[in-house]
Amino acid sequence: MAAKKGAVKKAAVKKSAVKRGASRGVSAQKASASPVLAGVKVDSMRRAQMLMYSLGRLTAQPFTTALIIAVVGVALALPVAFSVLLANLDEAGARSDGRVQASLFLEERISDERATTLAVQLEKKPEVLAARALSREQSLTEFRELSDFDAALALLDENPLPATIILSLNDQIQSPTALAGFVHELQRLPEVEVAQLDELWLQRLFAIVSLLKRAALLIAIMLGVAVTIVVGTTIGLEIQNRRDEIAVTKLVGGTDAFIRRPFLYSGLWYGLGGGLLAIVLVFIALFALGGPVNQLASLYGSDYRLGGLSLLQFLGTLLAGAGLGMLGSWLAVSRQLKDIQPD
Amino acid sequence: MIEFQQVRKRYANGHEALANINFTVERGEMAFVTGRSGAGKSTMLKLLALIERPSDGEIIVNGHQLNKITPRQIPSYRRGVGVIFQDHKLLNDRTVFDNVALPLVIAGAPHREINRRVQAALSKVDLLSKLRQNPGSLSTGEQQRVGIARAVVNKPPLILADEPTGNLDPELSLEVMRLFANFNHIGATVLIVSHDQLLVEQLGQRRLMLHEGRLKNAPMVRTTGGLPPGVAPAMPSVNPRSAGRNPGAKR
Ligand SMILES: Nc1ncnc2c1ncn2[C@@H]1O[C@H](COP(=O)(O)OP(=O)(O)O)[C@@H](O)[C@H]1O
Ligand SMILES: [Mg+2]
Repeated sequence: MAAKKGAVKKAAVKKSAVKRGASRGVSAQKASASPVLAGVKVDSMRRAQMLMYSLGRLTAQPFTTALIIAVVGVALALPVAFSVLLANLDEAGARSDGRVQASLFLEERISDERATTLAVQLEKKPEVLAARALSREQSLTEFRELSDFDAALALLDENPLPATIILSLNDQIQSPTALAGFVHELQRLPEVEVAQLDELWLQRLFAIVSLLKRAALLIAIMLGVAVTIVVGTTIGLEIQNRRDEIAVTKLVGGTDAFIRRPFLYSGLWYGLGGGLLAIVLVFIALFALGGPVNQLASLYGSDYRLGGLSLLQFLGTLLAGAGLGMLGSWLAVSRQLKDIQPD
Repeated sequence: MIEFQQVRKRYANGHEALANINFTVERGEMAFVTGRSGAGKSTMLKLLALIERPSDGEIIVNGHQLNKITPRQIPSYRRGVGVIFQDHKLLNDRTVFDNVALPLVIAGAPHREINRRVQAALSKVDLLSKLRQNPGSLSTGEQQRVGIARAVVNKPPLILADEPTGNLDPELSLEVMRLFANFNHIGATVLIVSHDQLLVEQLGQRRLMLHEGRLKNAPMVRTTGGLPPGVAPAMPSVNPRSAGRNPGAKR
């Protein structure tokens, strides 16, 4: 349970890279809009009214609106499904029971004393249950016990082994794959020559999950761009249809921010609608896959169940949709607003 | 309030619509621009509404130097000028109410204020009964009056009108001119373009006469007597019904 939470958190962090791009556009708009709006009071009540009004406009063209929302929804559903899949994969990893162990082989130059203090430091990290430092001598002893190289080692007149730290990791607070990531980070410590997880299968799972995460990020970015373009093009057409209205509004003193607002709202609605649809699609897919997965799991004697969307993924999807929708319309309006001048 | 200095306007096709224009309209003044069709009257107004930029010279309006104004300053300048366009420039997919309300919505006026002011403006042009109609369903003369209501709803310090009586019958024309005189009376500076020499002479206000892009009577001849008795600004409204209820456009 706890392990899953950690995995989800991690997936959300990755996804937020895409969202950040979107919300930056939005906050940039706010920043540039407010000085223009200075002296023009727009109370939040009116803003809410205009938001609802823009929704009314969209429902006046149900077919176009439904089409855009469908495209945005499908585009968003793919990365969301991917992140749910990844969370499930992590969850499957967490099904290993017992502790996760890792070994840190230190640099040759590190003294036994330094190894001991490093072990004490590492033990303070939340991921680490226990850290045991082995001096070079102890390393050799353990190695002799564990291997058949006894005779070969006896031929060497110097101990070839460095000091080592054995870590027991806490898989209650982080998923095994997340812990694998943690071990990778330890590799970067100057004292550490090699850091490795002792469980080979876990290393492989980690490698696969991190590869998939990267792929998911790429897909999310590409589809995010697609959503932005789709919404931007739609809003662009709407702007063309309302050229006269925009010109007249400019003529009676409407600021760019004022003119932009209803289009941003349209983009927001498209994005939110698409986000909701994406969530529905993912739920349908989970429902369809749930039966076969349970069957498969029971064949392996496991009670594994497919996990659904976390609250974070739910909100993240809506937020990403809204952000990308607004980004698309922001870009469309910025590109065209200057060209529309009264004559 | 309005100052033209050596203003020249040459359109992209090379046509020189205005040449060497110099004049000043003082704050609180009401003046007319007359001249034949093609004389450059609309061009002058377009320069004032920042639809066109001068090719040369300086235009200073209400403290803004229009030949140097930046794009960011344009909206606030325009909010201070009420313009009535020759072609009305109304939104045909919105109601008369929404058209007139637009300047107030832009200015972020509260809901009740918008309601009150739009109704006051529409009653002045006798269109209160057409509130919920779209301009497209109105006659040209009625559309013109919607344009007037929109221009004055914000009580701008400067009102510009391009042929505001162009589509009105003589009787209504005079009433609309009286309306402008009223706005002038309560402090607005008013500049009206009209090719209707007779009507303008009747009103006896200062005239700028344009002929082929040049001012003919540059340092102005000014009729000092104000309005002739028949068009005295005593009459507060063109709408006889609302005359009592609506005592002018008191600021
Ligand atoms: N956009 C334009 N491009 C080129 N010539 C124009 C343009 N607008 C007006 N003109 C010309 O400038 C002259 C003055 O036009 P205008 O100011 O509209 O005259 P008026 O309003 O006095 O009838 C006319 O000869 C007209 O053809
Ligand atoms: Mg004209």
